[in-house]
Amino acid sequence: MSYLSIQDLEVRLTNGTPLLRRVSLDVEPGEVRALVGESGAGKSMIGKAVLGILPRAARLTGGAILLDGENLESLSPKARRQRIGAKVALIPQDPLTALNPSRRVGPQVTDRLVDILGWKRSEAEMRALELLEEVHIQAPDRVMKAYPHELSGGMRQRILIASAFAAEPKLIIADEPTTALDVTVQKQILKLIRDMQQRHGTALLFVTHDLGVVSKIAQTLTVLYAGKVVEATDVGAFFAHPAHAYSRALLAATPKYTDPESSLTPVPGSVIAAVEGEVAAFDAELSGAGRR
Amino acid sequence: MSGMIYELKDLKVSFPDMSRKPFFGAAPRIEVLKGLTFDIPKGEVLGIVGGSGSGKSTLGRALIRLIEPDSGAIRFEGTDISHLGEDSLRPLRRRFQMIFQDPMSSLNPRRRVGGIIAGPMRLQGLDNIRGRVDEALDMVGLPRAFAARYPHELSGGQRQRVGIARAIALKPDFILADEIVSGLDVSSQAQVLNLLESLVKDLGLTLAFISHDLSVIRRLCSRILVLYKGEIVENAKTPELFANPQAEYTRTLLDAIPLPDPEQVWF
Repeated sequence: MSYLSIQDLEVRLTNGTPLLRRVSLDVEPGEVRALVGESGAGKSMIGKAVLGILPRAARLTGGAILLDGENLESLSPKARRQRIGAKVALIPQDPLTALNPSRRVGPQVTDRLVDILGWKRSEAEMRALELLEEVHIQAPDRVMKAYPHELSGGMRQRILIASAFAAEPKLIIADEPTTALDVTVQKQILKLIRDMQQRHGTALLFVTHDLGVVSKIAQTLTVLYAGKVVEATDVGAFFAHPAHAYSRALLAATPKYTDPESSLTPVPGSVIAAVEGEVAAFDAELSGAGRR
Repeated sequence: MSGMIYELKDLKVSFPDMSRKPFFGAAPRIEVLKGLTFDIPKGEVLGIVGGSGSGKSTLGRALIRLIEPDSGAIRFEGTDISHLGEDSLRPLRRRFQMIFQDPMSSLNPRRRVGGIIAGPMRLQGLDNIRGRVDEALDMVGLPRAFAARYPHELSGGQRQRVGIARAIALKPDFILADEIVSGLDVSSQAQVLNLLESLVKDLGLTLAFISHDLSVIRRLCSRILVLYKGEIVENAKTPELFANPQAEYTRTLLDAIPLPDPEQVWF
């Protein structure tokens, strides 16, 4: 059974503008599903909806989020927070803004264990040291006492990965975790996330705009445009035969250094118009159904 | 006439390391560029790649004298500009321009697009600014009416076009582009790169294009400079670099690029 099951999820701005249009997706235990789209497609919004951290101006207006078979919306806010805190973790995009600059690294890794799971501080510190070793940080006891600005971008991202895995979550949402890193570090971090995910059997929802990264880390992917799923398939099938015209255009726009001639084709206006048309037709159908 | 727009000799740049500054006295210095020697021929599109901290942006900033080097020579069209004062640099600034990485923070949010593009022209005391702004907008494929808009009203790709318009409006000989597409979606990225490619051809520009993305560089650049920890580890024509990378670091860099292709297996 899927660990995370999102069904017909609708998120709107408070003024009614739709951000997510009946999005459905599943992530199995041990599966990596990539969530792909251009900026504004709503891919981060899905992660935020699952974590219950939608921005103030956005509202969940329909559908269900099932975590381990349990509908999160049916729980009290407190119970929901507890459930999410214990079972789900986030690896954020920017490792600098995600760490508090005025606190040492150690407590920032152990906070979740102490505050949400009620561990003793000393136990949590032991666990944090183990984890920092697991993410290949040299001299973890020294790093625990360091401030974020004393560490490199790659180190900071390793710390956030360690802290995401700290409470043994069953689901991790990674929101563009390597976008701020350069390619050689990106490769190391992707390998680390992949190794940790496999060792711990975690379900991983991996938000990215980079189809190159998708082909390295994910088994399945969901392509979004304007908050609507345009294609959901497995990675092998997607790269061999992308079914939707928009997916094909996105793939053609992704540069590929081994093939200098085929790169740099912007998504054609006709494809944008077609997919916009689909979205409009979908909206019309929904509002028609709503009136009936 | 040397045929070279830039000739660099043993260029060294260092910054004070404030984290190791003693309470009294001067901070020790970190060498960021450790003696770079290379030329840029006129009309070339030079790619500058390297990891973060390799000194690629520092090199770019030294080329257009936003920073002053410690030692070594930067000859621009035969004149050594490495230690010129701001007054002597101003007339030269018209001839080398820069496009910035983040179009949101490099465009003044309180000025309209027209004013932003006109800014450098006013500093240079040009006439017919209105006409030149229109011309620059035409060249980057934005409607002239955009002159009345504010940066926040534009998309990321459109904002980056404004950055390009501002740089080319002065009709420079050399443009430095520092990671100008890394903040954009693949589709707008492709549009901006295609625009830059055609402008370089039409205007006969020399371009230095800083990027960490070798896929982008391959398409655009005729020669590639690979920097690692402040030193040039490879300087080769693009096809040669991809066919037969010489430096260990270049190979590491190439292996680390995720191709959109599941056949390339990493783990």
